[in-house]
Amino acid sequence: MTTLEQNPAAGTPATTGAGRDHGLAYWAVSDCWNITRRTLTHYQRQPSAIVWQLGFPILSVLLYGYIFGSAMKVPGGGDYREFLMPGMFAMTMAMGFMNTAVAVVTDAGKGVVDRFRSMPMAPSAFASGRGAADLVVAAAELTILAVTALLIGWRAGGGVMAALGAFGLLLLLRFSLIWVGVWLGLLVPTPEAAGGLYAVAFPLTMISSTFVAPSLMPGWLGTVAAWNPISSTATATRELFGNPVAGGGTGVEEHALLMAVVWPVAITLVFLPLAVRRFRRLSR
Amino acid sequence: MSMSKSMPETRSRSASGYAVLAEGVVKRYRVKGGAEKRALDGFDLAVRPGTVHGLLGPNGAGKTTAVRVLATLLRFDGGRAEVSGLDVGREPRRVRSRIGLTGQYAAVDEGLTGRQNLEMFGRLFHLGNRGARLRAGELLDRFDLVEAADRSAKEYSGGMRRRLDLASSMILSPDVLFLDEPTTGLDPRGRGEVWDAVRALVAGGTTVLLTTQYLDEADRLASHITVIDRGRAIADDTPDALKNRVGGDRIEVVAADGGDLAAVAKAVGRVAGGGLVLTDDTTRRVHAQVADRVAALTEVARSLQDDGIAVEDIGLRRPSLDDVFLRLTGHGADAHDLEQHQDAREVAAA
Repeated sequence: MTTLEQNPAAGTPATTGAGRDHGLAYWAVSDCWNITRRTLTHYQRQPSAIVWQLGFPILSVLLYGYIFGSAMKVPGGGDYREFLMPGMFAMTMAMGFMNTAVAVVTDAGKGVVDRFRSMPMAPSAFASGRGAADLVVAAAELTILAVTALLIGWRAGGGVMAALGAFGLLLLLRFSLIWVGVWLGLLVPTPEAAGGLYAVAFPLTMISSTFVAPSLMPGWLGTVAAWNPISSTATATRELFGNPVAGGGTGVEEHALLMAVVWPVAITLVFLPLAVRRFRRLSR
Repeated sequence: MSMSKSMPETRSRSASGYAVLAEGVVKRYRVKGGAEKRALDGFDLAVRPGTVHGLLGPNGAGKTTAVRVLATLLRFDGGRAEVSGLDVGREPRRVRSRIGLTGQYAAVDEGLTGRQNLEMFGRLFHLGNRGARLRAGELLDRFDLVEAADRSAKEYSGGMRRRLDLASSMILSPDVLFLDEPTTGLDPRGRGEVWDAVRALVAGGTTVLLTTQYLDEADRLASHITVIDRGRAIADDTPDALKNRVGGDRIEVVAADGGDLAAVAKAVGRVAGGGLVLTDDTTRRVHAQVADRVAALTEVARSLQDDGIAVEDIGLRRPSLDDVFLRLTGHGADAHDLEQHQDAREVAAA
């Protein structure tokens, strides 16, 4: 520490008070980008993290596709693996909120959130940057999953525009769940507790049309599954990809495309304010 | 900006002349059951620029709450607070560009290298890419982290992590640095590293408000100490003046044989002038406050020798801050800390 004697409190001219003349909106975007960049650097430094995140859906694809696949029937006919893939996409997007929650609670526990809050950065950047990074990662996950799916014979027959629309719907679901993740991340006390959310999240994603058509489930369970937001996204993407749909004929299934937009919008309208409120409450 | 830079000694001055000023600050919490708890109950604090000011208090006294209020992390319910001449309640955003905060946990991003940490925080302090890169380089050098700069912060030792944490809170060359228990959990070497860094910062003109559970830490670093208990400042002085307030020197005798403790206590009692004689069986220690230190030492030594009582050690010592604590708060400084964390959790759960 030889140079400590030279007034460490003073910075060089280049490092003091830069850029004060920009407006609040500029900094909201700039700070958001820097938080996004931070999260992406995590993945860049540890690419294996994304592989682990994808391990479960890829394993599920193989298990359900090849082990149970031959025993599975798709109502109305069609190949089970073709039916399964959009479900896996939707489930991966849905489970993504866990990553958001764990990342947020880890930051909060380590005092990183407090540091951000004690800095003159835009208060919205913490959540918006997190969300933007999560969407980039989700897009990467979808790409990897889609390539895996193509390798085992899945085909999207609905045309390029429809396929892009399907991916858009999947990312919309992921977007809406970012706010659930931020809210939960600020609610639970430790990363371990956040990990425990898997026990709740996993059955919730199963009670949907991910693996099995709701019409094949016991009546009440089938109704719950049909109304699950994940089912709407899964069914809508099946339609767009031109895969077997296996609709049960209920209203919510018939209007899957609409519901795949309505659900995420509703979730965002509920959980975005909750997350913001939770963040503000840190000051109380 | 450039003018204030050239005069760092005047940067922290406000109209009041203090770098940090709290007047009657009240912070209320609702606890379960609707009851109200005052974490800060008319808290006063005045920190002179360019000094290290220690904030000491027993468990749950409100130290961490005070720091979080002053660092704009918590809103407060009454009173007035000023940091670097800016009103904390009215201009939190401006306050944030003048302060640094190092909390109870090293707030470093373990997924990044030391350098990436500093560059990220630098960009978020709005230094721009180039500015953040330059500043990161300077701070790595100043906090002796150049060799470890491009290693993952996950691999850092406790002391290195704390230095990186300190460096992150120094990015904007803050007027006031809040250090909330900066050496908790560090080994002696790590503590020494942090102490050196803090002393150097203060030599450079930064004002430091330090909370600590280690009394020797406050004794070594702080030129001024505020003792807080039940959300209120109950004493405010230099470490020496606080010790004087507790009383004069103490004589301390360690008996060679535990069986002699009563006889030793009797000999010490003769010079204690009717004051309390404390005996500790496990350490075979007897101590009491004395008025005339030299006369007391001579007399006790002679009478013990006359009675043929062997002693392992005999001496005079200044009262420690432990004694100050005991006297001022009616309870010791041990079993600290737990409730502070509980406070933080209460906030999160509120």
